[in-house]
Amino acid sequence: MPEKFDAIVVGAGPAGIACAYELAKAGVNVLLIERGEYPGSKNVMGGVLYRKMMEEIVPDFHKEAPLERPIVEQRFMMMDKASALTFSYKGMEWAEEPFNNFTVLRAKFDQWFASKAVEKGALLVNETVVLECIVENGKVVGVRTDRPDGELRADVVVLADGVNSLLAKSLGFHKEFRPDEVALATMEILKLDKKVIEDRFNLEEGQGCTIELFGDATKGILGTGFLYTNKDTLSIGVGTLLSGLIKHKIKPYELMEYVKTHPMIRPYIQGAEPQEYLAHLIPEGGYNSIPKVVGAGVLVVGDAAQLVNAIHREGSNMAMTSGRLAAETIVAAREREDFSEASLDEYRRKLMGSFVGQDMKKYKDSTHHFDKFPQYFEQYIPMMNKAASQMLTVDGSSKREKQKKIWSDIGPAKQKFKIARDLFRAWKVMK
Amino acid sequence: MLHIVACIKQVPDTKIIKMNPKTNTMDRSSAPAILNPYDSHAVEEAVRLRVRYGGVVSVLTMGPPPAVKAIRKCIEIGADEGYMITDRAFAGADTLATSYALTKALEKIAEIRPIDLIICGKMTIDGDTGQVGPGIARRLDMPPLTSVNKVAEINQAEGYAIVHRKLEDGYEVIRSALPCLFSVEKDINELPYSTLPNMLRAARYQPHIWSVSDLGDIDKTQLGLKGSPTIVSSVWAPQKPQGGQMLDGDPQDQIKQLLDIVLARKELFESAAGGDGS
Amino acid sequence: MNFEDYRGVWVFIEEKDGAVAPVSLELLGAGKQLADKRKTELAGVIIGDNVRMLAQTAFEFGADKVYIYDDPIYRYYRTETYMRAMLACVEKHKPEILLYGATSTGKDLASAVATDLPTGLTADTTQLDVEEDTGLLLASRPAFGGNIMATILCKKYRPQMATVRPKVMKALPRIKGASGQLIEESIPITEDDIRTKVLEIVRTTIKRVRIDEADIIVAGGKGLGGPAGFQVIHQLAETIGAAVGASRDVVEAGWIEHHHQVGQTGVTVTPKIYFAIGISGAIQHLVGMQNSGLIIAINKDPAAPIFQSSHYGIVGDALTIVPMLTQAFKTALGRKEEVDAGKV
Ligand SMILES: Cc1cc2nc3c(=O)[nH]c(=O)nc-3n(C[C@H](O)[C@H](O)[C@H](O)COP(=O)(O)OP(=O)(O)OC[C@H]3O[C@@H](n4cnc5c(N)ncnc54)[C@H](O)[C@@H]3O)c2cc1C
Ligand SMILES: Cc1cc2nc3c(=O)[nH]c(=O)nc-3n(C[C@H](O)[C@H](O)[C@H](O)COP(=O)(O)OP(=O)(O)OC[C@H]3O[C@@H](n4cnc5c(N)ncnc54)[C@H](O)[C@@H]3O)c2cc1C
Ligand SMILES: Nc1ncnc2c1ncn2[C@@H]1O[C@H](COP(=O)(O)O)[C@@H](O)[C@H]1O
Repeated sequence: MPEKFDAIVVGAGPAGIACAYELAKAGVNVLLIERGEYPGSKNVMGGVLYRKMMEEIVPDFHKEAPLERPIVEQRFMMMDKASALTFSYKGMEWAEEPFNNFTVLRAKFDQWFASKAVEKGALLVNETVVLECIVENGKVVGVRTDRPDGELRADVVVLADGVNSLLAKSLGFHKEFRPDEVALATMEILKLDKKVIEDRFNLEEGQGCTIELFGDATKGILGTGFLYTNKDTLSIGVGTLLSGLIKHKIKPYELMEYVKTHPMIRPYIQGAEPQEYLAHLIPEGGYNSIPKVVGAGVLVVGDAAQLVNAIHREGSNMAMTSGRLAAETIVAAREREDFSEASLDEYRRKLMGSFVGQDMKKYKDSTHHFDKFPQYFEQYIPMMNKAASQMLTVDGSSKREKQKKIWSDIGPAKQKFKIARDLFRAWKVMK
Repeated sequence: MLHIVACIKQVPDTKIIKMNPKTNTMDRSSAPAILNPYDSHAVEEAVRLRVRYGGVVSVLTMGPPPAVKAIRKCIEIGADEGYMITDRAFAGADTLATSYALTKALEKIAEIRPIDLIICGKMTIDGDTGQVGPGIARRLDMPPLTSVNKVAEINQAEGYAIVHRKLEDGYEVIRSALPCLFSVEKDINELPYSTLPNMLRAARYQPHIWSVSDLGDIDKTQLGLKGSPTIVSSVWAPQKPQGGQMLDGDPQDQIKQLLDIVLARKELFESAAGGDGS
Repeated sequence: MNFEDYRGVWVFIEEKDGAVAPVSLELLGAGKQLADKRKTELAGVIIGDNVRMLAQTAFEFGADKVYIYDDPIYRYYRTETYMRAMLACVEKHKPEILLYGATSTGKDLASAVATDLPTGLTADTTQLDVEEDTGLLLASRPAFGGNIMATILCKKYRPQMATVRPKVMKALPRIKGASGQLIEESIPITEDDIRTKVLEIVRTTIKRVRIDEADIIVAGGKGLGGPAGFQVIHQLAETIGAAVGASRDVVEAGWIEHHHQVGQTGVTVTPKIYFAIGISGAIQHLVGMQNSGLIIAINKDPAAPIFQSSHYGIVGDALTIVPMLTQAFKTALGRKEEVDAGKV
């Protein structure tokens, strides 16, 4: 007879661990199954961890979690081929408790977070792949793994298996994602001396900085790049919609090489030794791509439910919050002794009522919009760079002349109208 | 009921270890800790013998607290019990002090359940000596059988084991009285994929953990750094050779140059002409 | 323990196919240097059945003395019997330094003897030296997978013992007819005392190419891409009558059997010519071949570390260069017929 648990959570990323943690805390007999050698071993993230949502699960986590650096400055670089227009905010209020965000390395962070769940009483099994859910009479009653004697039963199964969840797909919750619903991100971890990092990024000891890269970082393909500071490494990466890569016939590592040798980036990473190379998908379909997240005896959380805010590159926070809400739902369902779809639907309602649902709705058309109108990346960012260059180059002509020139460079009235319309549209999808 | 004890060690994965070129020390954080690969075969062989003859498989390790992970790995392979001795006093042990501490732990395990057979790995990939196994055997006055790559028979009733010992050009079949100790080669078995029930058991398993004071009658001067006759006096980077001459030109040129160099020693080739290759 | 009582450098002399094993001759060479530095004598210990003639070889390779245990009970190596003989000999004659070959027999015996004495034992030594005045043995060995070298001392116990890797020390030139002192030893030991019995010795019938004895080795690495690419290594080796060597990654990938592996966990080789083709030159590989007479590397990466350890290097694609080289050898070695027949 296969062993039976109250709940089985598949996937030990932020979503699954948060869920298992909360369940164990409530005394639920929960098993967390991870296919990697250990939680985080295969997980990829640029590395911004949002304090608020983490704190809702483990209060005061920043005192013991393996965090890299608290972020005190966020820069945004609008890049052209050999120039960049940069905005930044740096605030010392972020340098002290309770802090704002942190950079993390997932291989360390997930492992620690999972150990907290184990401390609370969750059982963790690594190196085991869940092949499918066992379905009886339309209800999920357990999972089948790739190991000998590999079946297990549970009242409820939580799918936290990340982007492109094969398990949710096999239950018919979603179809194969289209190439314009997922981004392919590649990143590298580069080793660099602590002190050198702090000097180059203008940081005080222990503090961190994030730089988001737009425009030429992705050769104008819809997507973004990033460069984050860790303790003694840098995380650098680029992510673009799969459809963009296909359309422009460019390989992800070529893009990565391009960014690394870009004159605006190269000085930051000079002399840094590549330590790890990672690639991963990011669900970017937005609100409209959210699959069915509840079934009889089953819930879907985190990336598996496409919960990523592509515009702000938030994912781990939504993953954790969805995991926590799923756990709350399961605890309540246990009291009702009812794991039917109707009973578990409480999760969907809570999710949509939370910041997760709200944000997903708010940015619902954004990726799609920018994908449909490539001029934002292909034209407007270079245009901005050129304007800034003209404005700031002291060459004897008056500022009024410069403005005139910039204005005329943009093109005829029709073009100006188009830009105004695009900006308005962009504002609308982002607002 | 056979009681087999496998001695196992957690080691840094030297395959991916990174060295600090300035200090010649290894960056331990760069190398994940793993169960010594040879020892996983020792445990697997113990489990197979239990399947064949019935009995209990225990594993024993000496190491720092995180080595519990290595014990769990053994439970995944199918071991029944895990014992760990951990104490500052053990730190810095060479093979002689290691075999002493392990022997003391084995004596205590034998009080719980008499031991018929001890299985060690051929060697560890960090210590890399293969000395600990025979050391334990001598201390317990058991015959040590090294380089074992097949266990032909265990006969508990008549008190003997028959095994194959790997030789440079074949093997020998040797019979030994029980109890005895094997050090096993990697090719003794293949590691199967652990079953899910074993994985669950391992995830839950809490090993028996002993410190020096739990080992009763023990001579502390024989432990750890103090009890180690050998000491590491210095470490240094292996000499970096200077490098020779690069042969330039297009491939035709390069080959011509190479041929000139090599065929200056033509006698070597003549004796070999006809060629037996491999 | 009175250190004054311990004198002389000893070598455990292993028998192989009725003669002294090459590693024991190398150890006599290394031991001689230590003994000279300490102004003391070099002795061999021979244990076996009908092994008297080995003593003469030992004298001719530098031993001043040989202690011999010659008895049918020692016909096959068994830890129990050999260990007892060695322990008795050490206790009676007290050497300062005792060296064993790091072979399976040498390591087995040394570990058991070290525990019983007890004393320190350094495994797999690749460099030996001694402090002239104190007699302290400086035994150096690769550690942590060959990433560093460590020098190991045994200050408080005697004898100081080490196992030494085959093929790293040099034997002295043989002095025909040299003689020395042969000391017959025996201990009371009968078959009934012994708990182990060798039932059978099975020699593998297929005659393996012994890469540690080859004059020329053509070794291939992961750079050949796969078992098919690795064929060019076999072809070159066959053409020039060389043995085939391999890196560990190749062996682990299953392209060739383990006994072809050169390096720290494989065989140490010292051929007159070593071709390293598509091999990056990891330290663990280098320790197994760096004493070869002439090292030639072919690698497509000009920065590959193997070039640092080679006498000559060619940067290029092995899959094109090696077949060309094979062809060129065929022509040069006068195997015209084969060339004509297009048998490459
Ligand atoms: C390059 C990049 C940069 C990012 N940057 C940020 C950022 O800065 N901030 C942020 O908040 N978010 C960021 N994200 C998004 C964030 O990483 C994800 O949203 C988050 O990891 C989702 O968590 P999850 O638990 O749902 O999924 P995952 O973290 O993907 O975890 C899923 C887990 O399930 C396991 N698994 C999968 N299938 C199975 C199976 N069949 N059986 C067993 N186990 C299985 C996997 O091994 C994995 O451990 C980034 C993503 C990428 C790719
Ligand atoms: C404890 C321990 C013990 C070890 N023991 C040994 C040992 O005994 N022996 C051993 O060999 N290794 C040993 N290793 C492994 C060693 O560290 C290396 O991993 C191994 O030697 C690498 O093998 P390789 O050179 O074939 O492969 P790689 O390192 O992958 O090198 C392949 C090389 O081929 C080149 N190349 C690629 N394509 C071509 C082409 N078309 N033409 C020409 N060149 C090409 C590449 O540039 C590269 O330099 C050990 C490791 C550890 C940790
Ligand atoms: N600390 C240890 N704890 C348990 N077993 C050990 C330990 N060290 C060595 N061994 C055993 O002895 C064998 C040989 O180790 P070594 O002599 O270090 O090469 C290993 O394969 C293990 O079986």
